Amino acid sequence: MSDSNGNLIQLTAKDFKSDQEVRWCPGCGDYAILNAVQGFMPELGIAKENIVFVSGIGCAARFPYYMQTYGMHSIHGRAPAIATGLATSRRDLSVWVVTGDGDALSIGGNHLIHALRRNVNLKILLFNNRIYGLTKGQYSPTSERGKVTKSTPYGSIDQPFNPLSIAIGAEATFVARAIDTDKKELVEVLRAAAEHKGTAIVEILQNCNIYNDGAFDSVREHKENRLYLRAGEPVTWGDKGVRIGPDGSAEIVSADAEGLLVHDPGHPEPSVAFALSRLTWDTVGAVPMGVFRDVERPVYDEAVAEQIRAAKEKQGDGELEALLHAGDTWTIS
Amino acid sequence: MGAKPVERIDHVIVRFAGDSGDGMQLTGDRFTSETALLGNDLATFPDFPAEIRAPAGSLPGVSGFQVHFADHDILTPGDRPSVLVAMNPAALKANLEDVPAGGTLIVNTDAFNERNLQKAGYETNPLEDGSLTSYHLHEVALTAMTIEALKGIEGVTSREAERSKNFFALGLMSWLYHRPVEGTLEFIQTKFGKRPEIAEANTRAFRAGYNYGETSEDFAVSYEVAPAKLAPGRYRQITGNTALSYGLIAASKLSKLPLFLGAYPITPASSILEELARFKNFGVITFQAEDEIAAAGAALGAAFGGALGVTTSAGPGVVLKAETIGLGVALELPLLMLNIQRAGPSTGMPTKPEQADLLMVLFGRNSESPVPVIAASTPSQCFHAAIEAARIALKYRTPVYLLSDAYLANGSEPWLIPDVSTLPDISTEFATKPNEGDEFHPYKRDPETLARPWAVPGTPGLEHRIGGLEKADGTGSISYDPDNHDLMVRLRARKIAGIAADIPLLEVDDPDGEATTLVLGWGSTYGPIGAAVRNVRAEGRKVARAHLHYLNPFPRNLGEVLRRYDKVLIPEMNLGQLALLIRAEFLVDAIGYNEVRGRPFQSSDLADAIAALIEA
Repeated sequence: MSDSNGNLIQLTAKDFKSDQEVRWCPGCGDYAILNAVQGFMPELGIAKENIVFVSGIGCAARFPYYMQTYGMHSIHGRAPAIATGLATSRRDLSVWVVTGDGDALSIGGNHLIHALRRNVNLKILLFNNRIYGLTKGQYSPTSERGKVTKSTPYGSIDQPFNPLSIAIGAEATFVARAIDTDKKELVEVLRAAAEHKGTAIVEILQNCNIYNDGAFDSVREHKENRLYLRAGEPVTWGDKGVRIGPDGSAEIVSADAEGLLVHDPGHPEPSVAFALSRLTWDTVGAVPMGVFRDVERPVYDEAVAEQIRAAKEKQGDGELEALLHAGDTWTIS
Repeated sequence: MGAKPVERIDHVIVRFAGDSGDGMQLTGDRFTSETALLGNDLATFPDFPAEIRAPAGSLPGVSGFQVHFADHDILTPGDRPSVLVAMNPAALKANLEDVPAGGTLIVNTDAFNERNLQKAGYETNPLEDGSLTSYHLHEVALTAMTIEALKGIEGVTSREAERSKNFFALGLMSWLYHRPVEGTLEFIQTKFGKRPEIAEANTRAFRAGYNYGETSEDFAVSYEVAPAKLAPGRYRQITGNTALSYGLIAASKLSKLPLFLGAYPITPASSILEELARFKNFGVITFQAEDEIAAAGAALGAAFGGALGVTTSAGPGVVLKAETIGLGVALELPLLMLNIQRAGPSTGMPTKPEQADLLMVLFGRNSESPVPVIAASTPSQCFHAAIEAARIALKYRTPVYLLSDAYLANGSEPWLIPDVSTLPDISTEFATKPNEGDEFHPYKRDPETLARPWAVPGTPGLEHRIGGLEKADGTGSISYDPDNHDLMVRLRARKIAGIAADIPLLEVDDPDGEATTLVLGWGSTYGPIGAAVRNVRAEGRKVARAHLHYLNPFPRNLGEVLRRYDKVLIPEMNLGQLALLIRAEFLVDAIGYNEVRGRPFQSSDLADAIAALIEA
C-alpha cells in the first residue's frame, strides 16, 4: 500500500497491535487468532484507517480493542447489523466482524443469517468454543447434547447448531473453517475470505481452556483427523475418502475407492457443501477444514451504490428546492 | 352550475366512510387535493382499521377520511362532520353518532340490502324506519348509477365497474362544493394509465357523479367556500410522514452528510421508509432490516462511518431499539430515532394515535442514559422538527428522539413551502487531527457543548476503538474506576441538560396578559388545544396557552412560565405523562386532561374542560 504521497509503505504485524493490554485468560485460543490476524493484516495492502473491526459481546468481542484499526465493541449479537450499516454506507472500508458461538448463533442468530443472505461486504470471524466463557461457563448453542455445565447440571438437552450448515442454508457465498492454533491454514482461509466479494464467514475452532478445555482436541491435538478441503482435489484424509451417495449425503469410503468427491467450492448448488458440513468428529471421526463454499453473487452494498448511481444519472442530483415544490402547489398572493 | 342556487358558507367538515376496500382514503385524498388547489385552509384526519380488508360490510371494516375546509385558518380536522358520505350500512352506523342533528347524510342506497343491514347490526332499514328524520338525507343509488354510466366500456368487469363508485361519490361531492376537477381527471389518467379502460371507467364515474349533482332534484343547492386568507406564498398539501421524510432529506443536505435510514415496516411509520426509498438521487440509502434491532443497529453503524443515521418506528418497535439507543448514548454518536406513536400497550390499536410513549423514550433504557426528545406539533411542522432533531444530534453527538403520532403521520394540511435559503446550516466537522499532543483522545470534549470529536474510519492517525463498556474520560480506554464512572455519568447528563441553552424559549400565547389559567400541551394536541382555546376566548374568558416542542431538555424558561399562572391544565392523549414530569421537576400542581380513545381530542370537549377549570 502507499501513503497519501504515493510512497510505498510496508506495514507489519506490530502496526496492528493497539496499546491496550490484552485481557483474555492465559492460554486462551483467542491469543493465537489475534496473532494470526495481526500477522495477516499487512497482506491486505489496506491502510489501517480503512479497516474496521466490529464485535458484539463475549470473550471474542474484546478483539477490536487489541487491533490498531477503527473498531466498535457493540451489543450482544448485533455486530452483523451494525457492520451492515457501516459497510453499506462506506464501501471504501474493509469491515470485519468478530463474534462467538453465543453471540452469532443465539442472541444474534437473526442478524447473522440476514447478513449472509444479503451478501454485504463483511468478513465474519466466528470463534466457536462451544461454551459461554464471559458469563463463566453455561452451555452454548453449539454445545453438544448431554453437556454438563453450570446451567445444565443434568446435561444439556438442546440439539446443537452446526454453524456452517446454518451459513450454507442462509445462502452464504463464502463458508470456511479453521483452527485457532493452525496458523498456516487459518491465514490461508483468511486470505481467501478477504479476497471474496460479499459476506464471508469463517468458523474458527477455538479452545476455551477455562470452561471447555479440550473441546476440539480431536482435531486440534490429533492432526490426523483434520480433513483439509482443497479445490480440485479428491476429498480424503488418512486412508479414507468422501463420496456423495445416491441420497445426496456424504459417505465415507476408502481413499482409493472409485468416484471420490472432487472438491469444488465454486459449485453453484450448495448441496455438496452442505453435505460436507455435516461431517463432524461425532459422525465420522474427522472434521473438514478449509473453504467449503466460495461463489459469486451480487454484493449488497454494490447494488445499493448502483441504484443510487443510476438514479442520479437518470434524474440528476436531487435538489431540495425542486423536491419541496414538486406535485400540486398553489400560490396565495 | 345551471340555475341552482349557490349558498356561501365559511367552513364544512366532510367525512367519507365505507368499507376498507371501497377506496375511501383515495377519495378523501383527491377531495383534499381539489380543496387545497381552491385555496381553502384545510386539515384532514384519515381514520382506518389496521386490517387491510376486514370482512366486507362489517363495522370493524369501516374506513373513514375526514376533511375540514374553510375560508379562514383552521387548526383541526373538526370535531363532528357536517356531511357524512356513507357507502354502506356499516359506514352509516359506525359514524352516525358523530354527525350533529341537522347534518347532511349522503348514502349509497344500493348497499342497504338485507345482508349488509344485518352485518351492520341494523334490525330495520334506517332509510325506511324514520330514524334519520333529524338529518338531511340524500339517498343516492351510487352503485347502480355507476354501473349504468360505465356500460359499453370494453375490458371492464362488472366487479371493476362497481368499484368505480367511489369516483361517482367524489364527483358528486366535487359538484356540491364547487371543487376544481381538472386535477382529479389528470390524476385518474396518471394513476390508471396502464389500464386505459379503468381510467375511462373512473373518469366516467366521476363525471356521472358530478352531473348527477347538477341535474338531480335531490340536490337543490350547492355550496361555495371561498379561499382562505393565508400568508402569501406558494403552498402544497403535506402529511406528517411526508414532511418528516422531506425534513430528513433537507437535514442531509444542510449537514452535507449522506442520509442512511434503517427501518422495519411498522404502522404508522412505514410510509417514511417508502417515501425515502424513492429518493436515491439524493444519495439516500434506505435499509429495510430484518428486525427493529437491526434497523437501529445499521443506522448506528452508518453514523459511526459518518452518515446521518436515522431509524424510524412506532412504540412496539421502539422498545426493541432501546439497547441500541443505550449504545448510542455510550458511544456518543449522532442518531435520530423517529417514534410515530400509536395506541398501546403491546400491539394496541396500530392505526390510532396516542401520546403514551413519552416516558418510554425518556427513561426506557438501562441506567442513566439521557437523550434529547423533540415532539412535532402539526403535519407540516414535522419538516422543521426533523431538521432540528438532526441539528441537535449532530452538534451534541447524541441519539435524539423525535416524537410524532398516527394523527400527524396521516393527517394533512396546507404548507407554506419554506425558502430553502432560510433553512439553518447544521453542518458539523469531523476530527482530522490528533487532539492531545500526537495522540487522539476520542472522549476529549468540546468545553462548551461537551460533545466529543467525531472521527470517522478512513481518517489516518485517528484509529480508535469505542464500545459499550465505560470509558475513561478523555482517552476513551476501558475504565472501571469508580470516580471516572461517576464523572462520565454526570458528564453525559450535563451534556444533554446543557442543550437547554441552545433551544428557543417557550412562547406563551396570552393576548392581554391577564389570564390566570395556562393550558400546556405537547405534540399533536397542538391543533385541538388551539381550537379549544379559541372557543374559550370567544366566550369572553381569558386563557393562556403554551406548547412544548422540546421535552428533554425543557425550555429554560418553563419553570418561570408555569409559576406565572394560578392554574395549569395539561391535556394529553395518555394518563398524565407530561403532567408527571412537570409536577416532579417544578413542584407545580398541574391538572391533567386525559383521554386515550385512539383519536384526537374533540376541541369542544376540551373547551368545556378549560372553561370549567377557569371557573373553578
